[in-house]
Amino acid sequence: MIFSLIILIVLVLLLLAAAIYAVMQKDLLYATIATGVISLILSILFFIMQAPDVALTEAAIGIALTTIIFVFAIRHTSRREDEVLIHEESEAQTLDNKENM
Amino acid sequence: MKKVLVILMLAVIGYSLGTSFSTIKFGENRIGDPKEEKNVAAYYLNRTPDELSVANVITAIVVNYRGFDTLGEVSVLFLAATGLGSILYRRRKKGEHPEVITKPASQLLQSGSKLIYPAILVLGAYVFIHGHLTPGGGFQGGAIIATGLLLMMMAYKDFEIRHNVLTWVESIAGITFVSLGLTGLIYGKTFLENFLPIGNLNDVVSGGIIPIIYIAVGFKVAAELAGVLETLLSNKEND
Amino acid sequence: MSSIDYNQIMSIGIYGSAIGLILIGLYAVLMKKHLTKIVIGLSIIDAGIHLLFVAIGYIDNGTAPIFSPKGLEMMAAGKTMVDPVPQALVLTAIVIGFGVTAVALSLVIRLYRHNKTARIDQIKSLKW
Repeated sequence: MIFSLIILIVLVLLLLAAAIYAVMQKDLLYATIATGVISLILSILFFIMQAPDVALTEAAIGIALTTIIFVFAIRHTSRREDEVLIHEESEAQTLDNKENM
Repeated sequence: MKKVLVILMLAVIGYSLGTSFSTIKFGENRIGDPKEEKNVAAYYLNRTPDELSVANVITAIVVNYRGFDTLGEVSVLFLAATGLGSILYRRRKKGEHPEVITKPASQLLQSGSKLIYPAILVLGAYVFIHGHLTPGGGFQGGAIIATGLLLMMMAYKDFEIRHNVLTWVESIAGITFVSLGLTGLIYGKTFLENFLPIGNLNDVVSGGIIPIIYIAVGFKVAAELAGVLETLLSNKEND
Repeated sequence: MSSIDYNQIMSIGIYGSAIGLILIGLYAVLMKKHLTKIVIGLSIIDAGIHLLFVAIGYIDNGTAPIFSPKGLEMMAAGKTMVDPVPQALVLTAIVIGFGVTAVALSLVIRLYRHNKTARIDQIKSLKW
C-alpha cells in the first residue's frame, strides 16, 4: 500500500518536472524529447488506472509519431528559440533592444 | 506587466478547476450493479457479452454502439493528411528525385532495421485483427505499422512507398467501411447495424461485422500515417 | 502520525497533476514567442485533458473492462469493472490531437519558408 503510493508520487513529480523543462528550455530538440517523456509517463499512469486500450494508443501515437513530426518540423525551421534575424544595420539595433527587454 | 496578468489569470483558472473537481470523489463507485441499468455505463457493460459476443467492451462501444463517431474520426484523419499534403506542396521539375537524407545511416541501423521490420509488421497486424479479444484495435495497429515503415524510410535512402499504392489502399478501406454500414441499412433498420451472425465469446470469428470494420480501419490509419510521414520526409531543404 | 487518507492523497496527486499540466501548457501558449514552442504547449494541454478524463472514470479496486477468461472469473469473484465510457472518448481524442498537431506544424513550416523566421515578434508584414 505504501509502496504503490511512493511510486505514484515519484511519477507525478517526474511528470510536472518534465513539463516545466519542456516549456523553459531554449533548445527546441531537448524540449521535444521532454514531450516524449510526458507521453511515456502518461501511458504508465493510464495502465495503473486500469485502462489498457488508452495506454496502448498513447504509447503508439504520443511517443513515436508526435516526437518524429516535431523533429522534422525543427529540421525545416530553426533549432534554437532565441535566434535573431539581422536585416540591416539600423534594424539590428532595435532587434537587440527588444531582446533585452 | 503582461507576465503578471497572465499568472493572475492562470491562478484563477487553476483555483476554479481545483475546487470544482474536488467535489468529484476519486474512485467512487458510480455505476452500481450492472444488472439494473441505471446509467449508460451499466447498460453497455450488461449488454456486451450477451448481444454481441465481444470480449473487449471498449471495442464494442467504439465500433458498434458509437460507430458513427468512429466514421467521423477516420474522416478527420483523412482531412488532416490531405491538408498537410496540400499546404507543403511543391511543384517538382521533371525528372527530379526528392532526397533530404544525404549521408547513409550507420551500419547498426541498416542491419538492425532489416531484421526487426517484419516483426513490427506482424505485431501491428496481430493487434488490429484481435481487437475484439484483447486490448488493441485498428488505431493502435495502424500506428504500429506506420512506425515500422518509418524505420525503414530512415535507414535506407531508396526505400520509397509510391503514393499510388497508399491512395488505393486508403480508398478501398474507406469504401469497405461505408458499404458495410449501408448494407446494414438495407438489411436491418439502422446504419451500421450488426447483421452477420455472432459466434461464441472469445472466438476469433465472432461479433458479426466488428472485426471486419476494425481491419478496414487499421489499413486506413496505417496508410494515412505513412502518407503524412512521407510528405514531411521528402521535402527539399533549400528552395 | 495521524492516519492519512490514502484516497485523498491519490486524488490530490492525480487531479493536481492533470490541472498542473493544463496550466503549464496554457502558460506556454500565452507567453512564448517561437511558434514551435506554442505548438508544444498545445500538445501538453491535450495530455492534461486526457489524464483528467480517464481519472474521472476510475473505480477503487476495479479491473479492466475486458471479458477475457481471467476477467470472467474476476467478475464471478465479485470485483467490479471500471467505467468504459470515458476511455472510449479519450481513444478518439488522442488520435484527433495528433492530427491537429500535424496540421499546425505544417503551417509553421510554410510560414518559415515565406518569412525566413519563426518568431511572431519579427514578422512585420502586417504591421503599419
